[in-house]
Amino acid sequence: MVWTSAAWLAGLVFFLPVLWMVLTGFKREVDAASNPPSWLFSPTLDGYRQVFDRDIVPYLLNSLMASGFATILVLLLAMPAAYALSLRPVEKWRDVLFFFISTKMLPAVAALLPIYLVVQQLGMLDNIWTMVLLYTAMNLPLAIWMMRSFLLEVPREVIEAAAMDGAGLLTTIRRVILPMVSPGVAATALICFIFSWNEFFFAVNLTATRAGTAPIFLVGFISSEGLFLARLCAAATLVSLPVVLAGWLAQNKLVRGLSMGAVK
Amino acid sequence: MTQVLTADAQATSRRPRSGGPVPGSARDRWSRRGPLLPALIFAIVVTQVPFLVTLYLSTQGWNALRPGERRFVGLDNYGTVLTDGRLRAALVNTVVLTASAVLLSVLLGLGLAILLDRKFPGRGIVRTLLITPFLVMPMAAALLWKHAIYNPAYGLVNGVLGGETDWVSQYPMTAVVAALVWQWTPFMMLIILAGLQAQSTETLEAARVDGAGPGQTFTRITLPHLRPYLELGALLGSIYLVQTFDAVFTITQGGPGTATTNLPYEIYLTTFRKFEYGEAAAAGVVVVIATMVVATFALRVLSGLFRMEESSR
Repeated sequence: MVWTSAAWLAGLVFFLPVLWMVLTGFKREVDAASNPPSWLFSPTLDGYRQVFDRDIVPYLLNSLMASGFATILVLLLAMPAAYALSLRPVEKWRDVLFFFISTKMLPAVAALLPIYLVVQQLGMLDNIWTMVLLYTAMNLPLAIWMMRSFLLEVPREVIEAAAMDGAGLLTTIRRVILPMVSPGVAATALICFIFSWNEFFFAVNLTATRAGTAPIFLVGFISSEGLFLARLCAAATLVSLPVVLAGWLAQNKLVRGLSMGAVK
Repeated sequence: MTQVLTADAQATSRRPRSGGPVPGSARDRWSRRGPLLPALIFAIVVTQVPFLVTLYLSTQGWNALRPGERRFVGLDNYGTVLTDGRLRAALVNTVVLTASAVLLSVLLGLGLAILLDRKFPGRGIVRTLLITPFLVMPMAAALLWKHAIYNPAYGLVNGVLGGETDWVSQYPMTAVVAALVWQWTPFMMLIILAGLQAQSTETLEAARVDGAGPGQTFTRITLPHLRPYLELGALLGSIYLVQTFDAVFTITQGGPGTATTNLPYEIYLTTFRKFEYGEAAAAGVVVVIATMVVATFALRVLSGLFRMEESSR
């Protein structure tokens, strides 16, 4: 009983800031900035209305495009690669696998300057496709590790049985392997989408008004001068919502994705 | 297990296949490599080439505001980087920030994982509540902490505790670390919980039958079992947290003074505020070397888990 209450208390404490963010998004600015903080207030959609008036929509669309296309590209590159590193492995598959994960350990700051210069030379600053390529590179190692761990769970006997029945390699992949790993593909896609959607470092340095993503919309709220807390919380809730909902729905798959498939 | 796996693969490929390539032939090898190549080439081009360019740029004396004066300076930039007070402060801040955020979130994560390892009413809801901080967009979380939680006049902390403390300017590092710990504890909890649930109930049962108390069972059986999971969490956390940018950029802008300027933020300032491209590149290389030290340990842990995974198959 004590432990159950402790668990509930911990859950509520960790959730409190999020609850506060959501509540504040529905306050009038006077209530949001009241001292002491107000728990009781009459809710309003003013904050949200102002966020839409300030044109958050193009930023959301940019995020959707950058994250969506990057996720598709990641899957197209990662699925064959994961196959080549699991079911029908190349020689030295272990080294290749570790090469991929080691690229994840290269700090983004160390690559920012040359990427910036190249992108500038190509005239591709503030361009959504630049972000698609960068997010693809950022998520590729993770996706390969995850997909590999899902592919390894396909029982060998099933694949061999398909071969016995005369199915060619491509038929086996399409009819037998893909259906079995499709939940894994979905989980991989979700993780890649989340990381791309939340990415800030490259976005703030390589995009501006045309290709700015959702976190870039929030940059305008950093300075405390002329701060509108309710509007800020409405915007923060709005940009976080897709990922929070998706994460809630797929929480069982999250662990494996986040630990790069190393922990099941 | 590697040997078994290879033997297994050979056994499969030795089986005659109608129209298939001869086992071990060049054609067979290339049909294996083919699917791998696009991803491999993409990763090399987008991640390795920029680093080589960074290495080259680090030997250049180059301020973008004075474009005509670019020249080769050898290792001078490294000298500047290693003797510069700001960068040294940034290095210290990076270590303090990363180490304290990782340590605290692993400890808290362990505690929460233990709480959630038992069945109790509403466990699913509590787990959902607990993982939410990790899902909130980091930039949104940073703004939330700076304005809605730390604000001296109407922030939630002072609203609950009373007083008029200006948390961000009085305790800048603590403020940043607390926000990061809040965001990363759920991640640690999820990994450690996976570890707890992979524990064999028979072993625990046997320990209980042999008369071990709950404390003894925990320190002698559960903790050693959890070790690789704790290490994995700590190392993945370090790799991500060493690159912390959103929180510093938003909550403190590295200040007051250089109190919370970490290496990513300092390099960002050197590049985009001071336009010292050569120095920024050299600092980037230093960060990579420091990360490689951590990464070596990370890879060792990962291969440990890897062996576990294979021997369990």
